Amino acid sequence: MSSNPNESAGPVTMMQAPLYLQYRFTAGTSSLSFLHAIKRGRLIGRRCPGCESVYIPCRGSCARCGVATCDNIELTDEGVIDKFTVVHIPIPNNPIKPPFVVAHIRLNGADNAFHHLIGEVDNDKVKLGMKVKAVWRPESEWDYGLDNIRYFKPLGGEHD
Amino acid sequence: MTDIAIVSYAQAPMVRDAGCANEVELIMPVINEALQACGLARTDIDFVCSGSADYLQGAPFAFVAGVDALGAFPPIKESHVEMDAAWALYECYLKMLAGDIDSALIYGFGKSSPGNLPEVLSLQLDPYYLQPLCPDSVSLAALQARAMLDAGRCTREQMNEVVINSRRQAQKNPRAQLRKPVSQEQLQAEVDWIAPLKKSDCCPISDGASALVICRESQAREMGLPYARVVGMDHRIESHMLGFRDLTDSPSARNAAKSAGLHNNIEAAELHAPFSHQEILLRQSLGLSENVDINPSGGALAGNVMMAAGLDRIGSMAAAILRGDYKFGLAHATSGPCLQQNLVTILEAA
Amino acid sequence: MTDTLNELPPLTQDFELGFTYTRSLGPVLSRFLTGLRDGQVLAARTRAGTLLVPPPEFEPVSGASIKELEPVAAEGTVLSWCWVSQPSSSAPLNKPFAWVLVRFEGCDGAMLHALAADAKEQVHTGMRVRVRWAPERVGNVKDIACFEVHKQ
Ligand SMILES: [Zn+2]
Repeated sequence: MSSNPNESAGPVTMMQAPLYLQYRFTAGTSSLSFLHAIKRGRLIGRRCPGCESVYIPCRGSCARCGVATCDNIELTDEGVIDKFTVVHIPIPNNPIKPPFVVAHIRLNGADNAFHHLIGEVDNDKVKLGMKVKAVWRPESEWDYGLDNIRYFKPLGGEHD
Repeated sequence: MTDIAIVSYAQAPMVRDAGCANEVELIMPVINEALQACGLARTDIDFVCSGSADYLQGAPFAFVAGVDALGAFPPIKESHVEMDAAWALYECYLKMLAGDIDSALIYGFGKSSPGNLPEVLSLQLDPYYLQPLCPDSVSLAALQARAMLDAGRCTREQMNEVVINSRRQAQKNPRAQLRKPVSQEQLQAEVDWIAPLKKSDCCPISDGASALVICRESQAREMGLPYARVVGMDHRIESHMLGFRDLTDSPSARNAAKSAGLHNNIEAAELHAPFSHQEILLRQSLGLSENVDINPSGGALAGNVMMAAGLDRIGSMAAAILRGDYKFGLAHATSGPCLQQNLVTILEAA
Repeated sequence: MTDTLNELPPLTQDFELGFTYTRSLGPVLSRFLTGLRDGQVLAARTRAGTLLVPPPEFEPVSGASIKELEPVAAEGTVLSWCWVSQPSSSAPLNKPFAWVLVRFEGCDGAMLHALAADAKEQVHTGMRVRVRWAPERVGNVKDIACFEVHKQ
């Protein structure tokens, strides 16, 4: 038997089991048009050939019809708040300090919505259906991601 | 004997790296192909079940994202197993037997290229004794191969023959990933990978997807669809503690086959053997005679899409029966390290 | 937008997934891993009187709960092995080594672990090996650093 200074430490009841795995993600074909466009400050969705719904970002199918989306459709950076919540708890490693508003934004001409932040308005003034517009980061900071948009703000005149 | 009919099977080409294809883009073409081939509409399908594992591609909830390929509107009945889709078929089989449903669409997909698959698979091991050591899937299979060789259950030449047969059969399968013929001499000259295994003994890492449709025999006949009848299915599992198993035998596969209705007239078997020695082990454990045609599709050594490869064995055997190649066939699917879990399906021509 | 999809270059992103789990051990694993921390290998005593290493929580055949653990010698015999010539960064040893299934002296079952050896030619089924303890032990299967050749 080998001696050990831990012997007096009592029984072991828990076990650390950390595990780290490395991956290389490759964006899907339908995501490519969206990602390459947003790198240039433009918003590209895709249309269902069946029901003509437009999805942004699009994952390659109309989830309603189960068919592949086809045409690329350019959308503006304006839309409405579909749903929202006020976040009161801090999220680890998130630089945004609560309370803040996370919303589902449906761009004009789109049939789905995506998550984003709401800014330049008091949290208690945010409403469902409120018209909003993207506030972009400086062009020099643009990358392949939706965070090229810093947040959405209410369109002028919507709040006091 | 059941009244369950396999009426359709579709498989995407198996490739090392599907690149710019997300799960929806992998799944949707095979689902549409499988449905079109049998003429059932989405709305005719009572139940959908899939098999996949998000760890493969490192994308949490990829299995949910895959539902976007289904056209799940109006809402559908849908389920998922974190296993090979052969077990998704088994879930549908049970629901058919119970009378809950009369038709089902089953699909499996795997995109293993983004990660290090042999290491990712260490996640399926016992989390206390095995996983902390991170033994990869090839090493564990190599321990089993050594046990087989030591016990005289197989020889190096027999393992080579398995590889040669796989490549020969795969030349008839346009969707196979490894189709280049090899000779005994070439394999003997090959260097060890994780000894005693050589790279040729190991299945390739594959991306892909497959789909299969089942319904009642009566419906298949009404629609004039050719079909393969499911005689029976069963699955069994062995200890998760590798050191407590006889690695040279597969009592679980044997028991599953017996329960599924294994008989002496089987003409062909699709065996899910990701490593060459495992095909020999399964042939012995199932008592398959020399006359049984093994892996007419090329088997897992010609392409092994994790979470679809087991379903592919069943679909490939059904397709071979539909082509008129065989009247009675066996299909086997495995999961876990060293053939830990085994599912056997007995099929016959209608 | 005039891009056709085929003209768009693929986009890739490397990332790491971390799972920082802490697992509770239960009575059998707790005693076994406490034993490893203290430099001792404990075997499960089954109702039939056999000893099992590593100790399962339930008897493999009967399913009965394991109640008794007792110390055994930290040495055994190789039941099977394979040779890793290019260890990955997650392997227990950072130079070529063997994975081995080791049956502990007087026990049934076998434990998977790494065996330190200079060359493949030094490893064979039936060889005698013994535990090489990790210098710092915390109550983990890695408290066994690896096995090593046991020259008698
Ligand atoms: Zn649509």
